[in-house]
Amino acid sequence: MTMTTAINENIDPKASERANFYDVEAIRADFPAMQVEVNGHPLTFLDSGASAQKPVQVLERMDQAYREEYANVHRGAYRLSELATDNYENARATVARFMNAASADEIIFTRNATAAVNLVASSWGRKNLSAGDEVVISHMEHHANIVPWQMLRDEIGIVIKIAPVDDDGNFLTDEFAALLGEKTKLVSITQTSNVLGTMTPIKEIARLAHEAGALAMFDGAQGIVHAGIDVQDVDADFYVFTGHKLYGPTGIGVLYGKRDILKDMPPYQGGGDMIEMVTFEKTTYREPPARFEAGTPPIIEAIGLAAAIDYVTGIGQDAIAGHEVELLNHATAALSQIDGLTIIGQARQKCAIVSFTIEGVHPHDIGTIIDARGVAIRAGHHCAQPLMDRFGLAATARASFGMYNKKEDVDVLVDALLYAKEIFA
Amino acid sequence: MDDAMDDDIRALYQEVILDHGKNPRNFRHPDDAPLEAHGNNPLCGDKLTVYVRLGEGDTIEDAAFEGRGCAISIASASMMTGILRGKTVAEMERLFGAFHTMCTGEGEIDAAAGREFEDDIDKLRVLSGVKQFPMRVKCATLAWHTVNAAILGEQGASTE
Repeated sequence: MTMTTAINENIDPKASERANFYDVEAIRADFPAMQVEVNGHPLTFLDSGASAQKPVQVLERMDQAYREEYANVHRGAYRLSELATDNYENARATVARFMNAASADEIIFTRNATAAVNLVASSWGRKNLSAGDEVVISHMEHHANIVPWQMLRDEIGIVIKIAPVDDDGNFLTDEFAALLGEKTKLVSITQTSNVLGTMTPIKEIARLAHEAGALAMFDGAQGIVHAGIDVQDVDADFYVFTGHKLYGPTGIGVLYGKRDILKDMPPYQGGGDMIEMVTFEKTTYREPPARFEAGTPPIIEAIGLAAAIDYVTGIGQDAIAGHEVELLNHATAALSQIDGLTIIGQARQKCAIVSFTIEGVHPHDIGTIIDARGVAIRAGHHCAQPLMDRFGLAATARASFGMYNKKEDVDVLVDALLYAKEIFA
Repeated sequence: MDDAMDDDIRALYQEVILDHGKNPRNFRHPDDAPLEAHGNNPLCGDKLTVYVRLGEGDTIEDAAFEGRGCAISIASASMMTGILRGKTVAEMERLFGAFHTMCTGEGEIDAAAGREFEDDIDKLRVLSGVKQFPMRVKCATLAWHTVNAAILGEQGASTE
């Protein structure tokens, strides 16, 4: 079902075969954004790594839920509230199946992936970590998986250790293993670098973490989109992702946590919906996941996320991954032909994210110039400044591909980059 | 493929800007510049350090900079450091006001400032192409915010 293997090396030899049956035009027809014109050119959207476009199936489902099925959840003794509650809890079950969680109770809805990391740091971290305890992250982390741990470091004196990457962006498993020891309490690593596209060996990372007596947490914001996740197979203790990169709405993220771990965690925020009984003297809290969902949750967003997951699984994550292999291979080959262009990140296991620099043209200027041709890419530090420093760069340009991109998008990108080079010639 | 957008792009990346971007003037760390400030644009990671030495009557005797950034931010810093030499702090502030108006395209440049700095404004006008690109206005004004911070003694400037 889910692919945790590399995709650019065609470790799965059937990937390109499947891609032949992949009807990208039919998929594009489902995404209204693919019909948009920008600056007089058809939009060539290569920034799905920042946020993906949405299919009509998601938009219409959310619209319908707002129009015909809307009430607050877990409250009313009336039909509409029951319906909204069912929808919301079914969305949780859909997420659980998608990740192969053992139970829907292990799925906590949050605002986004960042909020999910912060929930773990605040709730699990404050309870279980003390001065001198070590949290191991990697050099490739997004700021969302760095800053919450730094806040804990400043608050209670934990120690943050950094697992290195090599010059191609490969995760160095032996060097990572050497960092683990008695004081390691948590390993929190990205499944996929949002800058380099590197896929990390999450199953091996979890195994090594557990061997050292630590918990294993993964940032799946990019990884779940390109490779999916089977939390039981990987044996992840925590896993976070966000809806909007997975073709779903903004404002919804997920924290997966093993049931026994969640049960021992104190609430993150206090309020309605997370309590059993409140008196002014004492309050008792509900079991997870309700304990961690104070206040009215993002009801329609959860329903939208479930619709996005249904859409993705309907196409098939393997088929999407196979298509993305083709895009990545084509992009890597075509971009390499451009004089002065350097691809940053050539890891052996990589997904369809390509960061690059062009000699003499700053990424920000590239972004502006190719936007004039309707090409949307990201330019900057990608919320991963320590990684930028590691490669001695202030910024890169980044093309990130989604299920709706086609090979021609790469060709449009190449033409637009040549235009940028011409202006700076 | 020449369309209106291409004209805007050409207007943004004029020869003068490309030249200043590739060969920035006053790109150095002076030994005797007691005032300095770091400017950064968190959005894109551009970082500049601007160095200033003031003389009698608050006259800017030297202005220089180092750092890295896009063509627009480097060209702007390069031109600015040249133009500011010999100006007083009060003149710098009035000229910055006029330049800022030019970059955002919001409203007219103050008439008195327009007469006072006619030649400088003529030179700086090559940067006014950013007004078609709202995301890039910060690139053009970063150096000016930073020199302001250096002189006013603030720790740093940020365009966000």
